[in-house]
Amino acid sequence: MSATSDYRRREESITLSAEPAAGETSTELLTLNIGPHHPATHGVLRLITTLQGEVVRDVKPIIGYVHTGIEKTAEDKSYWKAIPVIERMDYVSYYFNAMAYCGAVEQLLGVEVPPRAQYLRIIHLELNRLMSHLVWLGTSMLDLGAISMFWYAFREKERILDLFEYSSGQRMHTRYFQVGGVMEDIPAGFAAKVRQFLKDMPTRADQYADLLEKNEIVLQRLRDTCTVDKKTLLQLGVTGPLLRAAGVPWDLRKAAPYCSYDHFDFKVPIGTVGDNYDRYRVRHAELYESVKIIEQALDGLPEGPFITTDRKVALPPRHELATSMEALIHHFKLVTEGFRVPPGEAYYPIESPRGELGCFVRADGSGKPARVHMRDPSFHNLQATAPMVEGYYIADLIAALAMIDPILGGVDR
Amino acid sequence: MPDATGLELIAQELGEQMPESITGTSFQRGRAELQAAPATLHDVIAQLQDKGYTMVMSVHGCDYWPEEPRLGVIYELLDMERVDRITVKVRVTAEEPHVPTIIDLFAGADFDERETYDMFGVIFDGHPDLRRILMPEDYEGHPQRRDFPVGGEPVLFTYNEARSYGKDQ
Repeated sequence: MSATSDYRRREESITLSAEPAAGETSTELLTLNIGPHHPATHGVLRLITTLQGEVVRDVKPIIGYVHTGIEKTAEDKSYWKAIPVIERMDYVSYYFNAMAYCGAVEQLLGVEVPPRAQYLRIIHLELNRLMSHLVWLGTSMLDLGAISMFWYAFREKERILDLFEYSSGQRMHTRYFQVGGVMEDIPAGFAAKVRQFLKDMPTRADQYADLLEKNEIVLQRLRDTCTVDKKTLLQLGVTGPLLRAAGVPWDLRKAAPYCSYDHFDFKVPIGTVGDNYDRYRVRHAELYESVKIIEQALDGLPEGPFITTDRKVALPPRHELATSMEALIHHFKLVTEGFRVPPGEAYYPIESPRGELGCFVRADGSGKPARVHMRDPSFHNLQATAPMVEGYYIADLIAALAMIDPILGGVDR
Repeated sequence: MPDATGLELIAQELGEQMPESITGTSFQRGRAELQAAPATLHDVIAQLQDKGYTMVMSVHGCDYWPEEPRLGVIYELLDMERVDRITVKVRVTAEEPHVPTIIDLFAGADFDERETYDMFGVIFDGHPDLRRILMPEDYEGHPQRRDFPVGGEPVLFTYNEARSYGKDQ
Protein backbone atom coordinates (compact mmCIF):
# COMPACT_ATOMS: atom_id res chain seq x y z
CA MET A 1 0.00 0.00 0.00
CA SER A 2 1.50 3.34 -1.03
CA ALA A 3 1.91 6.22 1.42
CA THR A 4 -0.71 8.36 -0.33
CA SER A 5 -3.52 5.86 -0.23
CA ASP A 6 -2.76 5.08 3.43
CA TYR A 7 -3.21 8.77 4.18
CA ARG A 8 -6.51 8.86 2.29
CA ARG A 9 -7.74 5.83 4.19
CA ARG A 10 -6.92 7.44 7.55
CA GLU A 11 -8.47 10.71 6.45
CA GLU A 12 -11.79 9.00 5.87
CA SER A 13 -11.86 7.83 9.48
CA ILE A 14 -11.91 11.44 10.82
CA THR A 15 -15.38 12.39 11.97
CA LEU A 16 -16.56 15.85 12.80
CA SER A 17 -19.13 14.73 15.37
CA ALA A 18 -17.22 16.43 18.24
CA GLU A 19 -17.51 19.84 16.60
CA PRO A 20 -20.39 22.02 17.77
CA ALA A 21 -23.23 22.18 15.30
CA ALA A 22 -23.75 25.38 13.33
CA GLY A 23 -25.18 28.18 15.47
CA GLU A 24 -24.25 26.47 18.71
CA THR A 25 -21.46 28.23 20.60
CA SER A 26 -19.08 26.57 22.96
CA THR A 27 -19.26 27.59 26.61
CA GLU A 28 -16.18 25.69 27.61
CA LEU A 29 -13.37 27.91 28.92
CA LEU A 30 -9.76 27.28 28.06
CA THR A 31 -6.84 28.72 30.01
CA LEU A 32 -3.91 29.54 27.79
CA ASN A 33 -0.51 30.63 28.99
CA ILE A 34 1.28 33.13 26.72
CA GLY A 35 4.91 33.85 27.48
CA PRO A 36 7.04 34.71 29.39
CA HIS A 37 9.22 34.10 26.35
CA HIS A 38 7.12 35.04 23.38
CA PRO A 39 7.99 37.50 20.62
CA ALA A 40 4.63 39.22 20.83
CA THR A 41 4.93 40.10 24.52
CA HIS A 42 7.65 42.76 23.89
CA GLY A 43 9.89 41.46 26.61
CA VAL A 44 9.49 38.95 29.38
CA LEU A 45 5.79 39.25 30.11
CA ARG A 46 3.53 36.33 30.90
CA LEU A 47 -0.18 36.48 30.21
CA ILE A 48 -2.62 33.96 31.59
CA THR A 49 -5.59 34.20 29.29
CA THR A 50 -8.99 32.61 29.66
CA LEU A 51 -10.53 31.90 26.30
CA GLN A 52 -13.97 30.93 25.19
CA GLY A 53 -13.36 29.61 21.74
CA GLU A 54 -11.30 32.41 20.22
CA VAL A 55 -12.72 35.13 22.43
CA VAL A 56 -10.73 36.44 25.37
CA ARG A 57 -12.75 36.43 28.58
CA ASP A 58 -10.01 37.33 31.04
CA VAL A 59 -6.32 38.08 31.03
CA LYS A 60 -3.94 38.31 33.95
CA PRO A 61 -0.48 39.77 33.37
CA ILE A 62 2.27 38.13 35.44
CA ILE A 63 5.36 40.31 35.76
CA GLY A 64 8.65 40.32 37.62
CA TYR A 65 10.77 38.21 35.27
CA VAL A 66 13.29 41.00 34.66
CA HIS A 67 13.20 42.45 38.17
CA THR A 68 16.79 43.43 38.84
CA GLY A 69 16.39 45.47 42.01
CA ILE A 70 17.58 48.75 40.50
CA GLU A 71 15.80 50.76 43.20
CA LYS A 72 17.72 48.82 45.85
CA THR A 73 20.99 49.14 43.96
CA ALA A 74 20.57 52.92 43.72
CA GLU A 75 20.42 53.15 47.53
CA ASP A 76 23.96 51.84 47.65
CA LYS A 77 25.46 54.37 45.25
CA SER A 78 26.20 58.06 45.60
CA TYR A 79 23.68 60.34 43.91
CA TRP A 80 25.49 60.86 40.65
CA LYS A 81 26.68 57.26 40.39
CA ALA A 82 23.07 56.06 40.62
CA ILE A 83 22.23 57.69 37.26
CA PRO A 84 23.62 54.86 35.07
CA VAL A 85 21.61 52.14 36.83
CA ILE A 86 18.44 54.24 36.85
CA GLU A 87 18.79 54.84 33.10
CA ARG A 88 18.54 51.09 32.60
CA MET A 89 15.03 50.85 34.08
CA ASP A 90 12.97 51.71 31.02
CA TYR A 91 15.70 50.77 28.58
CA VAL A 92 14.12 52.35 25.50
CA SER A 93 13.64 55.80 27.01
CA TYR A 94 16.83 56.20 29.03
CA TYR A 95 17.04 59.98 28.81
CA PHE A 96 13.65 60.19 30.49
CA ASN A 97 14.69 58.03 33.43
CA ALA A 98 17.75 60.18 33.95
CA MET A 99 15.66 63.35 33.60
CA ALA A 100 13.12 62.27 36.24
CA TYR A 101 15.84 61.26 38.68
CA CYS A 102 18.03 64.33 38.12
CA GLY A 103 14.96 66.54 38.37
CA ALA A 104 14.05 65.06 41.75
CA VAL A 105 17.60 65.45 43.07
CA GLU A 106 17.82 69.02 41.73
CA GLN A 107 14.57 69.81 43.51
CA LEU A 108 16.01 68.49 46.77
CA LEU A 109 19.27 70.40 46.30
CA GLY A 110 17.60 73.56 45.09
CA VAL A 111 19.99 73.73 42.13
CA GLU A 112 19.17 75.97 39.20
CA VAL A 113 19.70 74.34 35.80
CA PRO A 114 21.16 76.81 33.25
CA PRO A 115 18.96 77.56 30.21
CA ARG A 116 21.40 76.02 27.73
CA ALA A 117 21.36 72.76 29.69
CA GLN A 118 17.56 72.77 29.71
CA TYR A 119 17.45 73.20 25.93
CA LEU A 120 20.08 70.51 25.41
CA ARG A 121 18.03 68.23 27.63
CA ILE A 122 14.91 68.91 25.58
CA ILE A 123 16.72 68.17 22.30
CA HIS A 124 17.84 64.81 23.64
CA LEU A 125 14.54 64.01 25.35
CA GLU A 126 12.59 64.62 22.15
CA LEU A 127 15.09 62.68 20.04
CA ASN A 128 14.62 59.87 22.54
CA ARG A 129 10.85 60.16 22.25
CA LEU A 130 11.16 59.85 18.46
CA MET A 131 13.44 56.85 18.90
CA SER A 132 11.09 55.19 21.39
CA HIS A 133 8.09 55.71 19.12
CA LEU A 134 10.04 54.31 16.17
CA VAL A 135 10.93 51.18 18.14
CA TRP A 136 7.27 50.87 19.08
CA LEU A 137 6.09 51.43 15.48
CA GLY A 138 8.49 48.86 14.05
CA THR A 139 7.89 46.13 16.61
CA SER A 140 4.14 46.58 16.90
CA MET A 141 3.69 46.35 13.15
CA LEU A 142 5.90 43.28 13.23
CA ASP A 143 3.36 41.76 15.61
CA LEU A 144 0.65 42.47 13.05
CA GLY A 145 2.71 40.74 10.38
CA ALA A 146 4.17 43.76 8.58
CA ILE A 147 7.89 43.10 8.52
CA SER A 148 8.94 45.88 6.11
CA MET A 149 7.72 48.54 8.54
CA PHE A 150 10.25 47.21 11.03
CA TRP A 151 13.18 47.87 8.68
CA TYR A 152 12.02 51.38 7.80
CA ALA A 153 11.44 52.38 11.44
CA PHE A 154 14.76 50.95 12.58
CA ARG A 155 16.58 52.74 9.74
CA GLU A 156 15.54 56.08 11.28
CA LYS A 157 16.10 54.77 14.80
CA GLU A 158 19.72 54.01 13.92
CA ARG A 159 20.23 57.58 12.76
CA ILE A 160 19.01 58.83 16.15
CA LEU A 161 21.33 56.42 17.95
CA ASP A 162 24.19 57.78 15.83
CA LEU A 163 23.27 61.28 17.00
CA PHE A 164 23.37 60.11 20.62
CA GLU A 165 26.77 58.61 19.98
CA TYR A 166 27.91 61.91 18.49
CA SER A 167 26.91 63.94 21.54
CA SER A 168 27.86 61.55 24.34
CA GLY A 169 29.96 58.69 22.98
CA GLN A 170 27.32 56.03 23.63
CA ARG A 171 24.44 54.83 21.51
CA MET A 172 22.29 53.67 24.39
CA HIS A 173 22.25 54.42 28.12
CA THR A 174 24.36 57.46 27.50
CA ARG A 175 24.42 58.96 31.01
CA TYR A 176 24.37 62.36 29.31
CA PHE A 177 22.17 64.03 31.91
CA GLN A 178 23.95 65.10 35.03
CA VAL A 179 22.55 66.56 38.24
CA GLY A 180 22.57 70.30 37.50
CA GLY A 181 22.77 70.10 33.72
CA VAL A 182 24.32 67.84 31.11
CA MET A 183 27.67 66.09 30.97
CA GLU A 184 29.21 68.00 28.07
CA ASP A 185 28.31 70.63 25.56
CA ILE A 186 27.23 69.31 22.17
CA PRO A 187 30.17 68.83 19.79
CA ALA A 188 30.72 70.94 16.67
CA GLY A 189 28.55 69.72 13.82
CA PHE A 190 25.95 68.10 16.05
CA ALA A 191 23.34 70.75 15.38
CA ALA A 192 23.83 70.45 11.62
CA LYS A 193 23.46 66.67 11.77
CA VAL A 194 20.30 66.95 13.86
CA ARG A 195 18.85 69.47 11.41
CA GLN A 196 19.56 67.15 8.52
CA PHE A 197 17.76 64.37 10.33
CA LEU A 198 14.83 66.66 11.18
CA LYS A 199 14.52 67.58 7.52
CA ASP A 200 14.07 63.93 6.57
CA MET A 201 11.97 62.76 9.49
CA PRO A 202 8.56 64.28 8.56
CA THR A 203 8.89 62.82 5.04
CA ARG A 204 9.68 59.43 6.55
CA ALA A 205 6.68 59.70 8.86
CA ASP A 206 4.51 60.50 5.83
CA GLN A 207 5.83 57.38 4.16
CA TYR A 208 4.99 55.26 7.22
CA ALA A 209 1.45 56.59 7.08
CA ASP A 210 1.20 55.79 3.36
CA LEU A 211 2.43 52.30 4.03
CA LEU A 212 0.12 51.57 6.95
CA GLU A 213 -3.00 53.65 6.66
CA LYS A 214 -3.92 52.37 3.22
CA ASN A 215 -3.20 48.80 4.22
CA GLU A 216 -6.47 46.94 4.57
CA ILE A 217 -4.98 44.33 6.93
CA VAL A 218 -3.60 46.93 9.33
CA LEU A 219 -6.88 48.85 9.29
CA GLN A 220 -8.93 45.72 9.98
CA ARG A 221 -6.67 44.70 12.84
CA LEU A 222 -6.66 48.15 14.47
CA ARG A 223 -9.97 49.87 13.75
CA ASP A 224 -12.70 49.41 16.37
CA THR A 225 -10.71 46.84 18.30
CA CYS A 226 -10.03 46.97 22.03
CA THR A 227 -11.89 50.21 22.60
CA VAL A 228 -11.78 51.51 26.16
CA ASP A 229 -13.51 54.67 27.34
CA LYS A 230 -11.60 57.36 29.17
CA LYS A 231 -13.37 56.82 32.49
CA THR A 232 -12.00 53.28 32.81
CA LEU A 233 -8.52 54.41 31.80
CA LEU A 234 -8.50 57.24 34.34
CA GLN A 235 -9.65 54.87 37.07
CA LEU A 236 -6.69 52.61 36.30
CA GLY A 237 -4.16 55.43 36.37
CA VAL A 238 -3.33 55.06 32.68
CA THR A 239 -1.45 58.04 31.21
CA GLY A 240 0.37 58.96 28.05
CA PRO A 241 -0.65 58.18 24.46
CA LEU A 242 -3.13 55.52 25.65
CA LEU A 243 -5.10 58.10 27.61
CA ARG A 244 -4.77 60.73 24.89
CA ALA A 245 -6.11 58.22 22.33
CA ALA A 246 -9.31 58.06 24.39
CA GLY A 247 -9.69 61.83 24.04
CA VAL A 248 -8.15 63.24 27.23
CA PRO A 249 -5.69 66.01 26.32
CA TRP A 250 -3.39 65.29 29.28
CA ASP A 251 0.28 65.89 28.63
CA LEU A 252 2.57 67.00 31.44
CA ARG A 253 4.68 68.98 28.97
CA LYS A 254 1.65 71.26 28.51
CA ALA A 255 -0.18 70.81 31.81
CA ALA A 256 2.75 71.31 34.18
CA PRO A 257 5.72 72.41 32.05
CA TYR A 258 9.12 71.38 33.37
CA CYS A 259 12.57 71.99 31.90
CA SER A 260 11.25 75.06 29.97
CA TYR A 261 8.82 73.11 27.77
CA ASP A 262 6.60 76.19 27.96
CA HIS A 263 9.00 78.00 25.57
CA PHE A 264 7.96 75.80 22.68
CA ASP A 265 5.01 75.75 20.37
CA PHE A 266 3.63 72.26 19.86
CA LYS A 267 0.31 70.46 19.83
CA VAL A 268 -0.95 67.53 21.87
CA PRO A 269 -2.55 65.02 19.47
CA ILE A 270 -5.62 63.29 20.86
CA GLY A 271 -7.85 60.49 19.60
CA THR A 272 -11.61 60.25 19.45
CA VAL A 273 -12.89 56.78 20.33
CA GLY A 274 -9.91 55.14 22.03
CA ASP A 275 -9.47 52.06 19.84
CA ASN A 276 -6.18 50.58 18.68
CA TYR A 277 -6.20 52.74 15.56
CA ASP A 278 -6.38 55.93 17.68
CA ARG A 279 -3.45 54.70 19.76
CA TYR A 280 -1.46 54.26 16.59
CA ARG A 281 -2.53 57.64 15.20
CA VAL A 282 -1.71 59.55 18.40
CA ARG A 283 1.83 58.20 18.54
CA HIS A 284 2.32 58.73 14.83
CA ALA A 285 1.21 62.36 15.16
CA GLU A 286 3.60 62.82 18.08
CA LEU A 287 6.50 62.11 15.73
CA TYR A 288 5.81 65.40 13.93
CA GLU A 289 5.38 67.35 17.19
CA SER A 290 8.72 66.12 18.55
CA VAL A 291 10.41 67.21 15.34
CA LYS A 292 8.87 70.67 15.76
CA ILE A 293 10.12 70.94 19.35
CA ILE A 294 13.68 69.95 18.46
CA GLU A 295 13.76 72.47 15.59
CA GLN A 296 12.65 75.27 17.91
CA ALA A 297 15.14 74.22 20.58
CA LEU A 298 18.00 74.28 18.07
CA ASP A 299 16.92 77.70 16.77
CA GLY A 300 16.66 79.20 20.23
CA LEU A 301 19.57 77.39 21.87
CA PRO A 302 20.86 79.90 24.43
CA GLU A 303 24.52 80.54 25.05
CA GLY A 304 25.97 79.93 28.47
CA PRO A 305 27.13 77.11 30.69
CA PHE A 306 25.86 73.59 30.04
CA ILE A 307 25.95 72.63 33.71
CA THR A 308 25.43 74.51 36.94
CA THR A 309 28.41 76.48 38.21
CA ASP A 310 27.75 75.23 41.75
CA ARG A 311 31.04 73.47 42.44
CA LYS A 312 29.49 71.46 45.26
CA VAL A 313 27.32 69.61 42.74
CA ALA A 314 29.08 69.67 39.37
CA LEU A 315 32.68 68.83 38.55
CA PRO A 316 34.97 71.82 37.91
CA PRO A 317 36.27 72.24 34.35
CA ARG A 318 39.30 70.07 33.68
CA HIS A 319 41.73 72.97 33.03
CA GLU A 320 41.09 74.46 36.47
CA LEU A 321 42.53 71.40 38.19
CA ALA A 322 46.06 72.35 37.12
CA THR A 323 45.95 75.82 38.64
CA SER A 324 43.37 75.90 41.41
CA MET A 325 43.73 74.02 44.69
CA GLU A 326 40.06 74.63 45.47
CA ALA A 327 38.97 73.08 42.18
CA LEU A 328 41.13 70.06 42.94
CA ILE A 329 39.49 69.62 46.35
CA HIS A 330 36.02 69.91 44.84
CA HIS A 331 36.92 67.41 42.16
CA PHE A 332 38.33 65.00 44.75
CA LYS A 333 35.30 65.28 47.04
CA LEU A 334 32.82 64.80 44.20
CA VAL A 335 34.58 61.80 42.72
CA THR A 336 35.16 60.02 46.01
CA GLU A 337 32.16 60.82 48.18
CA GLY A 338 29.82 62.64 45.86
CA PHE A 339 27.67 65.52 47.03
CA ARG A 340 25.41 65.44 50.05
CA VAL A 341 21.74 66.24 49.69
CA PRO A 342 19.82 67.91 52.54
CA PRO A 343 17.12 65.65 54.08
CA GLY A 344 13.78 65.69 52.36
CA GLU A 345 11.56 63.99 49.81
CA ALA A 346 10.73 64.86 46.25
CA TYR A 347 8.46 63.46 43.54
CA TYR A 348 9.32 64.70 40.07
CA PRO A 349 6.86 63.73 37.31
CA ILE A 350 7.68 64.08 33.61
CA GLU A 351 5.97 62.98 30.40
CA SER A 352 7.79 59.96 29.04
CA PRO A 353 6.83 58.36 25.69
CA ARG A 354 4.53 56.05 27.67
CA GLY A 355 2.98 58.43 30.19
CA GLU A 356 3.74 59.93 33.56
CA LEU A 357 7.20 58.91 34.71
CA GLY A 358 7.64 60.08 38.27
CA CYS A 359 10.73 59.70 40.37
CA PHE A 360 10.48 59.71 44.15
CA VAL A 361 13.73 60.36 45.98
CA ARG A 362 14.18 60.48 49.72
CA ALA A 363 17.37 62.08 51.00
CA ASP A 364 18.59 61.51 54.56
CA GLY A 365 21.45 64.01 54.48
CA SER A 366 24.11 61.52 53.42
CA GLY A 367 25.81 61.10 50.06
CA LYS A 368 23.52 58.28 48.97
CA PRO A 369 19.77 58.36 48.31
CA ALA A 370 17.77 56.67 51.09
CA ARG A 371 15.05 55.64 48.67
CA VAL A 372 14.55 55.89 44.92
CA HIS A 373 11.24 54.86 43.45
CA MET A 374 10.19 55.16 39.85
CA ARG A 375 6.51 55.44 39.03
CA ASP A 376 6.83 53.76 35.68
CA PRO A 377 3.98 54.34 33.21
CA SER A 378 4.25 50.84 31.68
CA PHE A 379 3.67 49.30 35.12
CA HIS A 380 0.37 51.13 35.49
CA ASN A 381 -0.67 50.92 31.83
CA LEU A 382 -0.36 47.15 31.94
CA GLN A 383 -3.29 47.06 34.36
CA ALA A 384 -5.50 48.19 31.48
CA THR A 385 -4.81 45.03 29.46
CA ALA A 386 -7.82 43.14 30.82
CA PRO A 387 -10.46 45.86 30.21
CA MET A 388 -8.97 46.41 26.75
CA VAL A 389 -9.17 42.88 25.46
CA GLU A 390 -12.15 41.33 27.23
CA GLY A 391 -14.69 40.27 24.63
CA TYR A 392 -12.29 40.60 21.69
CA TYR A 393 -10.48 37.90 19.73
CA ILE A 394 -7.12 36.58 20.80
CA ALA A 395 -5.57 38.14 17.68
CA ASP A 396 -6.76 41.51 18.98
CA LEU A 397 -4.98 40.77 22.26
CA ILE A 398 -1.68 40.74 20.38
CA ALA A 399 -2.56 44.02 18.66
CA ALA A 400 -3.65 45.60 21.95
CA LEU A 401 -0.46 44.55 23.69
CA ALA A 402 1.55 46.07 20.86
CA MET A 403 -0.41 49.32 21.20
CA ILE A 404 0.04 49.47 24.99
CA ASP A 405 3.80 49.49 24.30
CA PRO A 406 4.96 48.13 27.65
CA ILE A 407 8.71 48.12 28.29
CA LEU A 408 9.25 45.29 30.72
CA GLY A 409 12.51 46.71 32.00
CA GLY A 410 10.50 49.64 33.28
CA VAL A 411 7.68 47.47 34.58
CA ASP A 412 9.92 45.22 36.65
CA ARG A 413 12.78 47.67 37.36
CA MET B 1 0.74 72.04 44.71
CA PRO B 2 -1.40 73.87 47.24
CA ASP B 3 0.67 76.52 49.01
CA ALA B 4 1.54 76.22 52.70
CA THR B 5 -1.67 78.00 53.74
CA GLY B 6 -3.80 75.89 51.41
CA LEU B 7 -2.32 72.74 52.86
CA GLU B 8 -3.11 73.85 56.43
CA LEU B 9 -6.68 74.65 55.39
CA ILE B 10 -7.13 71.19 53.86
CA ALA B 11 -5.60 69.58 56.96
CA GLN B 12 -7.87 71.56 59.26
CA GLU B 13 -10.97 70.74 57.26
CA LEU B 14 -10.16 67.03 57.23
CA GLY B 15 -9.35 67.14 60.94
CA GLU B 16 -12.72 68.71 61.71
CA GLN B 17 -14.61 66.10 59.71
CA MET B 18 -12.64 63.17 61.11
CA PRO B 19 -10.97 63.89 64.46
CA GLU B 20 -7.43 62.54 64.77
CA SER B 21 -7.22 61.67 61.09
CA ILE B 22 -4.38 64.11 60.30
CA THR B 23 -1.32 63.78 62.49
CA GLY B 24 0.78 66.46 60.84
CA THR B 25 1.64 68.40 57.72
CA SER B 26 4.86 69.21 55.98
CA PHE B 27 5.57 71.76 53.28
CA GLN B 28 9.03 71.49 51.86
CA ARG B 29 10.38 72.78 48.53
CA GLY B 30 6.90 73.08 47.07
CA ARG B 31 5.85 69.59 48.12
CA ALA B 32 2.66 69.54 50.20
CA GLU B 33 2.34 66.51 52.41
CA LEU B 34 -0.43 65.40 54.77
CA GLN B 35 0.45 62.84 57.41
CA ALA B 36 -2.55 60.64 58.10
CA ALA B 37 -3.34 58.04 60.73
CA PRO B 38 -3.52 54.52 59.22
CA ALA B 39 -7.02 53.87 60.61
CA THR B 40 -8.56 56.83 58.78
CA LEU B 41 -6.42 56.72 55.63
CA HIS B 42 -9.20 55.34 53.43
CA ASP B 43 -11.57 58.18 54.44
CA VAL B 44 -8.85 60.82 54.00
CA ILE B 45 -8.18 59.67 50.43
CA ALA B 46 -11.94 59.57 49.74
CA GLN B 47 -12.34 63.14 51.07
CA LEU B 48 -9.41 64.37 48.98
CA GLN B 49 -10.92 62.70 45.92
CA ASP B 50 -14.11 64.65 46.57
CA LYS B 51 -12.02 67.81 46.67
CA GLY B 52 -10.78 67.06 43.16
CA TYR B 53 -7.62 65.03 43.79
CA THR B 54 -9.17 62.13 41.92
CA MET B 55 -6.07 60.42 40.56
CA VAL B 56 -3.74 58.40 42.78
CA MET B 57 -0.72 58.51 40.51
CA SER B 58 1.57 56.45 42.68
CA VAL B 59 1.51 54.44 45.88
CA HIS B 60 4.94 53.52 47.12
CA GLY B 61 6.66 52.51 50.29
CA CYS B 62 9.61 53.98 52.09
CA ASP B 63 11.61 52.58 55.00
CA TYR B 64 12.59 55.17 57.63
CA TRP B 65 14.67 52.72 59.67
CA PRO B 66 16.01 53.31 62.35
CA GLU B 67 13.20 55.85 62.99
CA GLU B 68 9.95 54.54 64.44
CA PRO B 69 7.35 53.83 63.16
CA ARG B 70 9.68 52.75 60.46
CA LEU B 71 7.55 51.98 57.40
CA GLY B 72 5.88 54.68 55.37
CA VAL B 73 3.34 54.40 52.57
CA ILE B 74 3.18 57.44 50.32
CA TYR B 75 0.25 58.33 48.08
CA GLU B 76 0.85 60.87 45.30
CA LEU B 77 -2.53 62.42 44.48
CA LEU B 78 -3.23 64.50 41.40
CA ASP B 79 -5.99 66.91 40.49
CA MET B 80 -6.16 66.96 36.70
CA GLU B 81 -8.51 69.95 36.53
CA ARG B 82 -6.37 72.38 38.52
CA VAL B 83 -3.09 70.51 37.81
CA ASP B 84 -2.35 70.25 41.48
CA ARG B 85 -0.62 67.55 43.47
CA ILE B 86 -0.81 66.58 47.12
CA THR B 87 0.95 63.82 49.01
CA VAL B 88 -0.53 61.68 51.77
CA LYS B 89 1.77 59.68 53.99
CA VAL B 90 1.01 57.05 56.62
CA ARG B 91 3.55 55.53 58.99
CA VAL B 92 3.21 52.02 60.42
CA THR B 93 5.46 49.80 62.50
CA ALA B 94 7.11 46.70 61.11
CA GLU B 95 5.29 44.61 63.72
CA GLU B 96 1.81 45.88 62.82
CA PRO B 97 2.13 46.91 59.16
CA HIS B 98 -1.59 47.28 58.44
CA VAL B 99 -2.96 49.94 56.10
CA PRO B 100 -6.45 49.90 54.55
CA THR B 101 -6.56 49.34 50.82
CA ILE B 102 -7.78 52.10 48.49
CA ILE B 103 -8.56 49.82 45.55
CA ASP B 104 -12.27 50.52 45.89
CA LEU B 105 -11.53 54.25 45.49
CA PHE B 106 -8.93 53.95 42.74
CA ALA B 107 -8.59 50.67 40.85
CA GLY B 108 -5.16 51.62 39.51
CA ALA B 109 -3.63 51.24 42.97
CA ASP B 110 -3.80 47.45 42.62
CA PHE B 111 -0.29 46.80 41.27
CA ASP B 112 1.15 49.57 43.43
CA GLU B 113 -0.15 48.07 46.65
CA ARG B 114 1.07 44.65 45.65
CA GLU B 115 4.52 46.07 44.98
CA THR B 116 4.59 47.86 48.34
CA TYR B 117 3.58 44.63 50.04
CA ASP B 118 6.23 42.73 48.11
CA MET B 119 9.05 45.17 48.81
CA PHE B 120 8.23 46.36 52.34
CA GLY B 121 5.78 43.86 53.80
CA VAL B 122 3.01 46.41 54.32
CA ILE B 123 -0.30 44.54 54.49
CA PHE B 124 -3.17 46.31 52.74
CA ASP B 125 -6.30 45.18 54.55
CA GLY B 126 -9.13 44.45 52.13
CA HIS B 127 -6.95 44.01 49.03
CA PRO B 128 -8.52 41.09 47.14
CA ASP B 129 -5.32 39.68 45.67
CA LEU B 130 -2.36 40.68 47.84
CA ARG B 131 0.42 38.54 46.41
CA ARG B 132 4.04 39.20 45.54
CA ILE B 133 4.32 40.91 42.19
CA LEU B 134 8.01 41.38 41.32
CA MET B 135 9.78 38.85 43.52
CA PRO B 136 9.23 35.07 43.17
CA GLU B 137 6.20 33.84 45.09
CA ASP B 138 8.29 31.64 47.41
CA TYR B 139 10.71 34.46 48.28
CA GLU B 140 11.31 35.21 51.95
CA GLY B 141 11.74 38.71 53.26
CA HIS B 142 11.00 42.16 51.89
CA PRO B 143 14.04 43.35 49.97
CA GLN B 144 13.53 47.11 49.95
CA ARG B 145 13.68 47.34 53.75
CA ARG B 146 16.80 49.17 54.82
CA ASP B 147 18.07 46.31 56.99
CA PHE B 148 17.76 43.80 54.15
CA PRO B 149 21.30 43.23 52.92
CA VAL B 150 22.40 44.08 49.40
CA GLY B 151 24.09 41.03 48.06
CA GLY B 152 24.15 38.32 45.51
CA GLU B 153 21.13 36.22 44.85
CA PRO B 154 22.25 32.62 44.33
CA VAL B 155 21.61 31.35 40.82
CA LEU B 156 19.73 28.09 40.93
CA PHE B 157 21.54 25.07 39.59
CA THR B 158 20.88 21.44 40.30
CA TYR B 159 23.67 21.25 42.85
CA ASN B 160 22.42 24.13 45.03
CA GLU B 161 18.69 23.88 44.42
CA ALA B 162 18.07 22.18 47.75
CA ARG B 163 19.85 24.97 49.62
CA SER B 164 18.06 27.88 47.96
CA TYR B 165 15.56 30.18 49.59
CA GLY B 166 12.09 28.87 50.15
CA LYS B 167 13.36 25.34 50.66
CA ASP B 168 13.49 23.67 54.05
CA GLN B 169 17.04 23.54 55.29
